[in-house]
Amino acid sequence: MNLEVLDKPGQLVGALQPISELGGNIISVIHEREPGVKSDTLDVQIMLELPEDMLSSLLEIYKVNNVNVVRVGEERLLIRRSVILIGHLMHTDLSDTVDRIDATGFAEVGELSVLMPAINEPSSAKITVKCDNLDDIEKALRILNEIASEKGFMIIEPLEELA
Amino acid sequence: MKVAILGLGAVGRGVLEVLATQKTGLVVTAVADSKSAVIESEGIDIKAILAQKKDSGICGDLTLSAADIVTTADYDILVEVTPTDVETGEPALSYIKEALARGKHVVTSNKGPIALHYPELSQIASTKGVVIGFEATVCGAIPIIQTLRHGLAGNDVRRVFGVLNGTCNYILTRMADEKLTYAQALLEARELGYAEADPTYDIKGIDAAIKLVILANAVWNLNVSLNDVDCAGIDQVTTEAIALAEEEDYTIRLIAELIPATGQMRVAPRLLPRNHTLIVQHTLNAVAVETDLAGDITLIGKGAGSLETASAILSDLIFIRDFYDRST
Repeated sequence: MNLEVLDKPGQLVGALQPISELGGNIISVIHEREPGVKSDTLDVQIMLELPEDMLSSLLEIYKVNNVNVVRVGEERLLIRRSVILIGHLMHTDLSDTVDRIDATGFAEVGELSVLMPAINEPSSAKITVKCDNLDDIEKALRILNEIASEKGFMIIEPLEELA
Repeated sequence: MKVAILGLGAVGRGVLEVLATQKTGLVVTAVADSKSAVIESEGIDIKAILAQKKDSGICGDLTLSAADIVTTADYDILVEVTPTDVETGEPALSYIKEALARGKHVVTSNKGPIALHYPELSQIASTKGVVIGFEATVCGAIPIIQTLRHGLAGNDVRRVFGVLNGTCNYILTRMADEKLTYAQALLEARELGYAEADPTYDIKGIDAAIKLVILANAVWNLNVSLNDVDCAGIDQVTTEAIALAEEEDYTIRLIAELIPATGQMRVAPRLLPRNHTLIVQHTLNAVAVETDLAGDITLIGKGAGSLETASAILSDLIFIRDFYDRST
């Protein structure tokens, strides 16, 4: 998001602090003073991760603190779910498995760690799928389950709370 | 009330021992093992029968059998604790049907007949004005049937789920704690008597699935069968998979899950946070119930063992004694 803060000491910290207080994570901060432009405010660009539903709280705090939000950029929810795969994952083309999740457009494989005990023994992998929302996570896991039954490996899913 | 007991394995002997020592007002009038039977309408000498069984392996008269007890003996409640056959339910199924048809109450630990034919058995029982107790069929000593039917009566149960098989839980616990392979942990479970010589029913998740079917049919009248359960076992779980789960502070347990509203039933190894209430050690069972009014309830206890199973049978017997004894 783009912010406009007063060009005074402590203002930038004041804009960033609420993010961490709400459990968010700042990915990048860009602030530039354009040479030659005399202004008493400063433009700041922040890229951040926030827990679900916290964006409105953040904007509320900014309003109270007189931080002017110029623009809220693309909002993307981020949900991760890790599952474990067991079987002959390499022989059944693990990169194809990953590609088919990435190819959905709504889900992507964020992390992948594989343990291979010995040749011809089944290997185990932890795969983390990332999506914007819960429905897409369910859809992605359904696709993964289809791939699992087609390729003959096992999938261990987390025990979730009932929706 | 008079009680006849079919089956003198660990569970049957456990029931006899408890009835011999506790003042329940219940009189055992007949006992049968797989080869013989004894019938005494005034009450048998339990200690003598147990001693005889221990010495000779036979409890009574070789010319008498379980079938004779069921059809001719004088009893009010049949305790049916013979070995389970989950494909046909026999011979227990015939014994139970015959006893119910004679207007006798039945208490059983036998999963086969209950999982396969509960709607029919329950129908016979209600036309005869008797009851069929099967607390011992699910989770051993844990009173899950009583809890769901009576303790949480009036609640809308959204989900029942948990660790319903002690053998699988033992194997997964040992794989996690000692980094044993699946094969090593299974071997250990066998040596300790926690797994059968043929462990297929346990490790493939079938035993847990049967328990879900019993709950679905007996508590919610869903009229489902084993084929309706989406079932996976633990035999493919690797030590590496558990190690990967532990990286995120999770572990793996075989979880059986039933959603009454949709009839959805699933048994599968699942990832659970290591501090989850369902993470129990060794052969323990744990079952969680999610309800609208009572919130979440979790019961943890021993899922097998002769006295533990006898406890569940005794609670059914005492329930029948207290609510169905026509002589008082």
